[in-house]
Amino acid sequence: MIDGFIALYIFMLAAFTGYEVISRVPVILHTPLMSGSNFVHGIVLVGAMVAMGRAQTPLEIGIAFVGVVLAAGNAVGGYVVTERMLEMFKSSKAAPKAKH
Amino acid sequence: MPIGAQSLIQASYFVAAGLFIFGLKRMSSPVTARGGIVWAGVGMLVATLITFLWPEMHNYVPMTVAIAIGGIVAWISGKRVAMTDMPQMIALYNGMGGGAAGAIAAVELFAGEAHGVAQLLLGVLGGIIGAVSFAGSLIAFGKLQGLIKRSFRFRGQNYVNLVILVATVLVGAVIVLHGAGVDVAHGADRLPGHVVALFVLALVLGFTMTLPIGGADMPVVISLYNALTGLAVAFEGFVLDNAAMIIAGTVVGSAGTLLTQLMARAMNRSLANVLFSGFGDTGGAASSGPAGAMKPIDTADVAVMLGFSQKVIIVPGYGMAVAQAQHKVWELCQALIARGVTVKFAIHPVAGRMPGHMNVLLAEAGVPYDLIYDEGEINSEFETADVALIIGANDVVNPVARTDKSSPIYGMPILNADKAKNVIVIKRGQGAGFSGIENALFYLDHTRMLYGDGQAKVAELVQAVKQL
Repeated sequence: MIDGFIALYIFMLAAFTGYEVISRVPVILHTPLMSGSNFVHGIVLVGAMVAMGRAQTPLEIGIAFVGVVLAAGNAVGGYVVTERMLEMFKSSKAAPKAKH
Repeated sequence: MPIGAQSLIQASYFVAAGLFIFGLKRMSSPVTARGGIVWAGVGMLVATLITFLWPEMHNYVPMTVAIAIGGIVAWISGKRVAMTDMPQMIALYNGMGGGAAGAIAAVELFAGEAHGVAQLLLGVLGGIIGAVSFAGSLIAFGKLQGLIKRSFRFRGQNYVNLVILVATVLVGAVIVLHGAGVDVAHGADRLPGHVVALFVLALVLGFTMTLPIGGADMPVVISLYNALTGLAVAFEGFVLDNAAMIIAGTVVGSAGTLLTQLMARAMNRSLANVLFSGFGDTGGAASSGPAGAMKPIDTADVAVMLGFSQKVIIVPGYGMAVAQAQHKVWELCQALIARGVTVKFAIHPVAGRMPGHMNVLLAEAGVPYDLIYDEGEINSEFETADVALIIGANDVVNPVARTDKSSPIYGMPILNADKAKNVIVIKRGQGAGFSGIENALFYLDHTRMLYGDGQAKVAELVQAVKQL
């Protein structure tokens, strides 16, 4: 479906996109951003699901099972920690109150 | 029916890829960042649910069980992890992604379905990279979590790693050549032994590459593995003809590479230096101690100094987070603001355990992000500050980085806290810092040391300032 050169074009454009999107991120967001990009490659989950759906032998199914577990962990864990970190960023204009 | 399902699947992947890029873009500003991760999350959810419609799939029950196991364990651990432990948790989740990419490659290689040579090559490469990222991320997690305390170094280990790498690539080449129709296996149809060897070698390479690297360099390593996992996911996306994986993986691969470079630069290390040599191997760190003595001060004097200042710059370090002092620091900050003092936070890029980690810890304590400045923004302001208050930071304010060419941190960009009119350092004891390098700042004439536990001392300061 995606033939050789189309795939290369996608690869090149996506590489520049990633570079450009990140280059404007302030240092204060680097940790959540690394976590956020970590979440984005959790899309490997759909690949692991497809691989498992096609798996035939017990060996293939077993490996694919581990793959889906790991991929789901990547996606869900990445989302949870990124959201937790970003939720805390507040401006002083939002009138923060000290915790006691 | 399959055509309709295919269109729906491709459309949802298209939407997901778009949402990932849009989400990452929103994450580039603290105002919109929260929304960014939610948009990306919506994309992930849509793509995952629609994938169940993929035609001619089997194993739905174990698949759902696997998603439930991985998802629930990650959800609980992610909700529970303390903010200080965030870097190793990111390493762990990242390693899981790398492992998943490796597993996809393993399934495709064992199944030996007829792919083109290009797909086979990318599948093998993605498998190697994914397995290395998986093993390496586990080591990074172990080191930051304190499970692995030693750095394993021995003579010639770079050569050992090189040998393992060459062996891995050779095994991979045999698999690809076999797939291309070259008779390398004496007529055998499949090469399961080679596939096993490929993954064992790649896992060993991930372990041996990462074990010698010290804990202080781990952020750079985690960031590098994050980029590598992205690349592995993109390569497996080519194998599976999955555009969402190609785009998301490539975007993360290039973004992660840039992020890794930024971090290495902030730490004044080249990436090669991080990967191939241990920190402090340059030797002679204790060449000559700074002249003079450290001068102690007590809490009441510091409170007066702070309370009657016009401008105070607080420099927090990881030591502050270890002492759980960030909430008290924000209380102190509020008490000073109430007295009309201008208070700003100066954050070094490598404060905490990862660039931006300190911002997360301060945000958790309730400090608004617009009081927080990075090194480039605030360095010129130290000259006009009455007090620079150093809490738990050490190497990032050490002026020898500007002057002493023999120091291992020479050339590292530092915060110019020494330029402030007065410097107060809150420190547990007189010992050297994380890197074992003596800090010349502590010996300056206008520096005073407030010894004690960070949280207790700042709490005393809050009371003393309020009573002024």
